[in-house]
Amino acid sequence: MSVKIDETLTVECETGNYHTFCPISCVSWLYQKIEDSFFLVVGTKTCGYFLQNALGVMIFAEPRYAMAELEEGDISAQLNDYEGLKKLCIRIRKDRDPSVIIWIGTCTTEIIKMDLEGMAPKLEWEIGIPILVARANGLDYAFTQGEDTVLAAMAHRCPEPEFSVRERKETIQNFLTFHSRKKEELGEYANHPSLVLFGSLPFNVASQLNLELKRQSIKVSGWLPAQKYTDLPSLGDGVYVCGVHPFLSRTATTLIRREKCQLIGAPFPIGPDGTRAWIEKICPVFGVEPQGLEEREKRIWEGLKDYLDLVHGKSVFFMGDNLLEVSLARFLIRCGMIVHEIGIPYMDKRYQAAELSLLQDTCKKMCVPIPRIVEKPDNSNQIRRIRELQPDLAITGMAHANPLEARGISTKWSVEFTFAQIHGFANARDVLELVTRPLRRQKNLEDLGRTTLVRK
Amino acid sequence: MKLAYWMYAGPAHIGTLRVASSFKNVHAIMHAPLGDDYFNVMRSMLERERDFTAATASIVDRHVLARGSQERVVDNILRKDQEEHPDLIILTPTCTSSILQEDLHNFVNRASIISHSNVIFADVDHYQVNEIQAADRTLEQVVRYYLDRCHRQEKWDQFLTDVPSVNIIGIFTLGFHNQHDCRELRRLLRDLDIEINQIIPEGGSVEDLQNLPKAWFNLIPYREVGLMTAVYLNKEYGMPYISIAPMGAVDMAEWIRQIQKNVNTLTLSSSNKRVDYEPYIDGQTRFVSQAAWFSRSIDCQNLTGKETVVFGDTTHAASITKILVQEMGIRVSCAGTYCKHDAEWFKEQIQGFCDEILITDDHAEVGDMIAHMEPSAIFGTQMERHIGKRLDIPCGVISAPVHIQNFPLGYRPFLGYEGTNQIADLIYNSFALGMEDHLLDIFGGHDTKEIISKSLSTDIGLIWNPESRLELSKIPRFAREKVERNTEKFARQKGIETITVEVMYAAKEALNT
Repeated sequence: MSVKIDETLTVECETGNYHTFCPISCVSWLYQKIEDSFFLVVGTKTCGYFLQNALGVMIFAEPRYAMAELEEGDISAQLNDYEGLKKLCIRIRKDRDPSVIIWIGTCTTEIIKMDLEGMAPKLEWEIGIPILVARANGLDYAFTQGEDTVLAAMAHRCPEPEFSVRERKETIQNFLTFHSRKKEELGEYANHPSLVLFGSLPFNVASQLNLELKRQSIKVSGWLPAQKYTDLPSLGDGVYVCGVHPFLSRTATTLIRREKCQLIGAPFPIGPDGTRAWIEKICPVFGVEPQGLEEREKRIWEGLKDYLDLVHGKSVFFMGDNLLEVSLARFLIRCGMIVHEIGIPYMDKRYQAAELSLLQDTCKKMCVPIPRIVEKPDNSNQIRRIRELQPDLAITGMAHANPLEARGISTKWSVEFTFAQIHGFANARDVLELVTRPLRRQKNLEDLGRTTLVRK
Repeated sequence: MKLAYWMYAGPAHIGTLRVASSFKNVHAIMHAPLGDDYFNVMRSMLERERDFTAATASIVDRHVLARGSQERVVDNILRKDQEEHPDLIILTPTCTSSILQEDLHNFVNRASIISHSNVIFADVDHYQVNEIQAADRTLEQVVRYYLDRCHRQEKWDQFLTDVPSVNIIGIFTLGFHNQHDCRELRRLLRDLDIEINQIIPEGGSVEDLQNLPKAWFNLIPYREVGLMTAVYLNKEYGMPYISIAPMGAVDMAEWIRQIQKNVNTLTLSSSNKRVDYEPYIDGQTRFVSQAAWFSRSIDCQNLTGKETVVFGDTTHAASITKILVQEMGIRVSCAGTYCKHDAEWFKEQIQGFCDEILITDDHAEVGDMIAHMEPSAIFGTQMERHIGKRLDIPCGVISAPVHIQNFPLGYRPFLGYEGTNQIADLIYNSFALGMEDHLLDIFGGHDTKEIISKSLSTDIGLIWNPESRLELSKIPRFAREKVERNTEKFARQKGIETITVEVMYAAKEALNT
């Protein structure tokens, strides 16, 4: 089979027989992000086994998540779901006292049609703790999309702004004389409608992005999710929102349709090019002329020189499992790499429109053809293509990493990109640190001359 | 519905997949939603497997939910058949597919007519059995399938081998030290002049299964998996089996004596050559294995009467309990297993060896028991190791479930005479560490002098404002000191006196360049 490379951007679709993490894995980073939450995964032993093994040592650190393990009686409806969940939630309230309990619906609850959305409000009223429902199941979603379902559910719980935007502008003006702090802020920030960013990022990374926008005198009024459930940002008519992750299309849709927010469509702040483009899309919305971005981007690129020399001209193959692929590929192309294929579980062309057009521009700028984008890839076909293309690096899941390495193909475990800090100017180096690690290792072991370690 | 954080044994399909991926040239197809193929990750990571794991999923998605799998499962089976030409394809149900109640049997029947490979449906119920039981069943199912087929084709060769020979049943992928144990058993049997007819499932070929009955008898090193196959072979073909785990010097001797008995019974009918393994047992126990001498040495004397807790699967927990008590004179306050389905056997085995018996698969219950007993050492699974960490009690890992460090590259059998050495080391090191820790505690640590700060930073002239202080505190502890140092260095170079959040990140960027 030959590999077709095209000038225009096309998205192919394969069989969907690919390896990825189950979307319930989102609890692992979300419970750490939202400090006062508790995640209850309503599922079977299979879900539990996955979490237990995928999250490794985290399990032993008294995590704020647990399984509501369904037994045969629950499946055959001999037991009362409502009473079962009530008992568990009361125990969670007693042991952990969270500000919110998030029920994660799984494949099993889908199939037996357990009415989680119906039970939640009733139980919430009865036990006095907010209960959110997110259907992060493997029937519908892949890996990081789990976060998307949770954030979409959470968006509904964001408070309404107390005043409409126009009213508030006036109020601020009126209050200025009394509020010294407000005055101070007004000096630093332009007077603009509120901006809420969505996507879960570690505290430090979120604060770096806040600072980045502050430099352009744009104030970030809140994040979805916030560090605490009780600090959810106000959303409503006239609030501008912008995503930081490529996999948040449901959240974006919810914010537009249900919360009446204005979505700023931008590339994602991954890599210095992405970060700059992201800021440049946000600034004009608030009538701000971006300052000093070109300089800044240039300086970051200069700082990456040692890594860029390593990756220049090397080829990459994304097998696709976490939806970060397009943004990463765009950054790597800009770094001078050749991308053979961008596998991706799901492609929302509308939500990713700005990112896709930046990809096109980047390809033009770097004079390389646009790589093929394969939605719902088929792993066994991909492995055949990898064998044919012999890329310098395959970005892939752990199921394929060791077997590919044994066949002389360098690999990088894709899940690391989800857990590493890759957003903003300052973290561009971390992305390349990950990408170059197999290449550097290979260089170190080069002289041993044993690259293929399987019997033919 | 029950609240669960952790489980000792995995779901049923994992057991089936372990059987499938242990055999050579057998492919498993899971009828499962996206993400359920996590088994491949485990095998590739824990066992550091070089080959692609022969398990794929036939994905169950929204469309399947609405309209049924229809042709999809059959197509996926046929596709695998053409791509990889396996001898056998095992269609594996998961928890999701068991409640969909699609007629997977029918898919298997249809596919097996067209495909070159044999196709079977793993007959395990997700809500009835766990990983271990499912593995046991699937192995029996595969063996039965091939022997029945052979019967039907009447190309039956039921003569025993000329020299004494055995089958070793129950060596598995992702099994606790299984590869090393297998090597040790091979060595032992070679010493005893017994041929190995077949080892299943690890590395075995399903096409050879028809020759299983040629062996004189079967060895079942771990009773969790393999016993069903042995019972079946015993019932159908009259093959005797030995289900003792050859772990620890005492059980080793018993195991070899049983082999001797079996060999002699079967030899009697053909010739007069009787074997006597007693000198071998004696020599090995006294000189090859160091464990017997070790338990007499002064070192081991210090362990007399120390209290321990043992928890694990039935085979390992029972054997280790017996070793601790009868071979090393250590007291076992409580011994337990999570294999609830085999509790009776376990109780019977360790009756009289320990003060209490705990049968549970709830790790919290095990944790409470350990906290209550306050033993000097624990011998358990990875979970008990973590319980031990929290309670400051050393732990030796003796049973699955395990992590990557329990798949050592070096030779570490638990079975056989070399196994007795390994176990003695494990036990002794757990205690010695505990003792050392304790002494350090009493004498106030290795170094009683005040530790001089490694940090380059001095407090002169640098002020962290409250926001940056807060920001710093949010950085994970392992990196915090470095960030602090770097930021202060940067500030000093730039002549900045007050460190703000901006300065912190400017420092990070500057370091990048």
